[in-house]
Amino acid sequence: MEANILPSVKTQNEEIILSTKNASFFYHDKTAVKNVTLNIKKNKITSFIGPSGCGKSTLLRSFNRMNDLIPGASVEGDVYYKDQNLYKSSIDPVKIRQQVGMVFQKPNPFPKSIYENIAFGPKINQFQGNMDELVESCLMKAALWDEVKDKLNESAYALSGGQQQRLCIARALAVFPDVLLMDEPASALDPIATLRIEDLMNDLKEEYTIVVVTHNMQQASRVSDYTAFMSIDRDRIDERIGVLVEYDETIKIFTNPKNKETEDYITGRFG
Amino acid sequence: MENKSVILAPIYKDNLRNRKIIGKIFNILLLISVLAGLFMLTVLLVDIAIEGVPWLRPELFTNYHSRKPENAGMKSAIVGSFIVISLTGIISFPVGVGAAIYLEEYARKNRFTDFINLNINNLAGVPSIVYGMLGLVVFGRMFGLFSKDSWLVQTFSLPVQSGMVNGLVFNLFGIPWLEIHLPFGRSMLAGALTMSLLILPVVIIASRESIRAVPPSIREAGYAMGTTKWYVTRTLVLPIALPGILTGMILALSRAIGETAPLIIMGAFTYVPFLPNSIWDQFTAMPIQIYNWITLPQEDYRIHLAAAGIIVLLLFLFILNGIAVYLRNKFQVKW
Amino acid sequence: MNMVSNKKRIKNLLSFFHSTGMNDFNEKVMKVLLFGCGVFSILITVGIIISLFSEAIAFFARPEVNLFTFFTGTTWRPLSSNIVPENFGVRPLIRGTLMIAIMSGAIAIPLGLGSAIYLSEYASDRVRNIIKPLLEILAGIPTVVYGYFALSFITPLLKTVLEENLGIDVNFFNALSASIVVGVMIIPMVASISEDAMRAVPRSLREGAYALGATKFEVSTKIVVPAALSGIIAAFILGISRAIGETMAVSIAAGSTPRMTMNPLDSVQTMTSFIVQVSFGDAPSGSINGQSIFAVGATLFAMTFIMNIISQTFIKRFREAYD
Repeated sequence: MEANILPSVKTQNEEIILSTKNASFFYHDKTAVKNVTLNIKKNKITSFIGPSGCGKSTLLRSFNRMNDLIPGASVEGDVYYKDQNLYKSSIDPVKIRQQVGMVFQKPNPFPKSIYENIAFGPKINQFQGNMDELVESCLMKAALWDEVKDKLNESAYALSGGQQQRLCIARALAVFPDVLLMDEPASALDPIATLRIEDLMNDLKEEYTIVVVTHNMQQASRVSDYTAFMSIDRDRIDERIGVLVEYDETIKIFTNPKNKETEDYITGRFG
Repeated sequence: MENKSVILAPIYKDNLRNRKIIGKIFNILLLISVLAGLFMLTVLLVDIAIEGVPWLRPELFTNYHSRKPENAGMKSAIVGSFIVISLTGIISFPVGVGAAIYLEEYARKNRFTDFINLNINNLAGVPSIVYGMLGLVVFGRMFGLFSKDSWLVQTFSLPVQSGMVNGLVFNLFGIPWLEIHLPFGRSMLAGALTMSLLILPVVIIASRESIRAVPPSIREAGYAMGTTKWYVTRTLVLPIALPGILTGMILALSRAIGETAPLIIMGAFTYVPFLPNSIWDQFTAMPIQIYNWITLPQEDYRIHLAAAGIIVLLLFLFILNGIAVYLRNKFQVKW
Repeated sequence: MNMVSNKKRIKNLLSFFHSTGMNDFNEKVMKVLLFGCGVFSILITVGIIISLFSEAIAFFARPEVNLFTFFTGTTWRPLSSNIVPENFGVRPLIRGTLMIAIMSGAIAIPLGLGSAIYLSEYASDRVRNIIKPLLEILAGIPTVVYGYFALSFITPLLKTVLEENLGIDVNFFNALSASIVVGVMIIPMVASISEDAMRAVPRSLREGAYALGATKFEVSTKIVVPAALSGIIAAFILGISRAIGETMAVSIAAGSTPRMTMNPLDSVQTMTSFIVQVSFGDAPSGSINGQSIFAVGATLFAMTFIMNIISQTFIKRFREAYD
């Protein structure tokens, strides 16, 4: 596959935290994503863009083995977090998910209080420190503290969609992950709430590596440092097999794409 | 806010091993709880088979109850169950399906409809013995309206009898075979009416599900032709929903065939040494015959004959369920 | 405008072929008939209330009984020749009923909830499709069969284990044996309502918890069960209510001795088994015994009715949360 080239950017000073080598993903007999090789850099925001059904979410969900939860899902090739091969049998997905957190497309707070939502992760991990302070600092990091500090014991369902999504981000931060995977985190939100999430992602970059799937190319260009463009394998278009077409610094992808298909997509000619 | 990050150093116990062990134990407990039920089912069936199979003899089907266990059978109970269940089906089908059509196709979403729904769900939870008492008062005795000293009989000086047949007997429109007994007493009709009320909530709920599964596009196609609601329901919705309705109906009847308490309250007999001639005759039913044998002191009745009777009853149940499953699989349309 | 009038014309044309006049008539008749079927269920409820309470009121109107001693008295001896209010205290029957309901709940609630969690969270679709119908067989077996099983298998087993080995007296008719079979009988009901509730919990909540590094155990017990709690509580209440109204198994296995006992190995009488006992005795319709079963029946109906209403509100609350 000529398209699946390694990024040409220099990697000397930048630490790689997640990577895949010839990774393919299957649901039962169907190939969802084929032969992806890419490296994701620490403390950067990497976005996955591409037409729907090209396996962006599948690839994203492989980084914390959330695909395991779907019956019939399987993997070939390697996926690495730091230097651990995630799909080796000795790796416990529970431990990985604690280090690689995730935020979903639709806000999914638990039907509990705001406080309990944040405290859930720390509690199952038997957090030994001061829970109140942890909850406060996570909500601060997620830029939600000022809005909810007086109603920590109210149901999370009473919050607006944007607030719920920030609560879910705060909830993910409470288990001290290194990486945050975000699966179209703003697609269910209005433009103002979307901007707040994007600002927040920029702030979080200092401490975390963020990988975000998005449909929204403006969003990808606004927030991300690197962009991976995925699409359907054109040789076998009926099978809808996702492939990585181009992966590079965001500015290059959006101003000077090497691949014709990437150019067509970002200029809106297809997708 | 700088000081906060100091506290934020992950102070986690490395507890994953313990958590995994707890998970394993929990998994085992869950398996035990599932298997406990299935284990009891197996023991029950095996126990009945061991006690009952040697007593499965032709006499069971050809004889009435007898003083000698080896001669005793349940002929009248089998026939009684068969007739009562058939009548129950005939009575509850139109009313149950009608109610389901009304609620799914006609009823507006308002508080009255909500009330009917709540009421049906509640009726489904009323103990069967209460239906027996309802049947006894309404069908069996008809509130005593046809007893000698009731105001009705006194006012119109109705020619009521007492003795074997209690109350009023007459021929409707003078036609000999259109005999009417009031009240219904301990007749098969009274039993079947009571059973019909008992299974009605189940029939309604199952029929509604089946009607609801018919996609709206089918109805819209019908309405687009400018036809009425009933026409669309009769010609388009019901034929598609019918297999599902019948499946629910048969499952409801298979529940009715094992019901004992309502019939006991209605006054079904334990010893009926003849076959019924009409729906006005007294009757017995399989579960009542079985109950009667269980309560007799001799072990041959209590243990063996009862188990053989249970096997016959379960066979009927499995046949009914088999038909229901067959109908469901054969006619099930996936939309 | 043009579109509308065109549509109207086609509609008129078509309805001509369907003979409008006849259809309108049919439509109206059917509407009335179907409405009748729809409200018939309300008539059943009204009928239950009238038939139970009219006879119960006739019972309480008798000089020999007294409403207050009925609910407070601890002696139930309605068949005694000494007809005095003191012999009509229903509490022994309620005690027997609740004893069996609680013990069978103690069996069915953990096993039913465990089965539900297994089926909803742990079992693969294939395993689920095998186990669920098998469990439903348990619910489909007639209650008289459970009574037989209690008397012919469970009671002898209890006698062997407790009486012969441990020297604890076990009555031939006892509450424990009845409770065990009633418990087994209501497992599928508790399991299936709880499972429905758990399966209605959105997948996204489970994923959210897994993404925080929760194990399957933690997701099941700390997220799914709490989120489905009102549905699960409804299942428990309905299960207990079913046990309270259960008749044949308890009539056969628990005996007919109304007494204020706490010993599960004693013979007790429940409300339902008293009604069966009198019905078999063929009490004349106007007699005090014939009427007493309606007083007991009305009490039974009121208890189960209240429990059903409570569980309905729990189910409604649950549906509102996830629809």
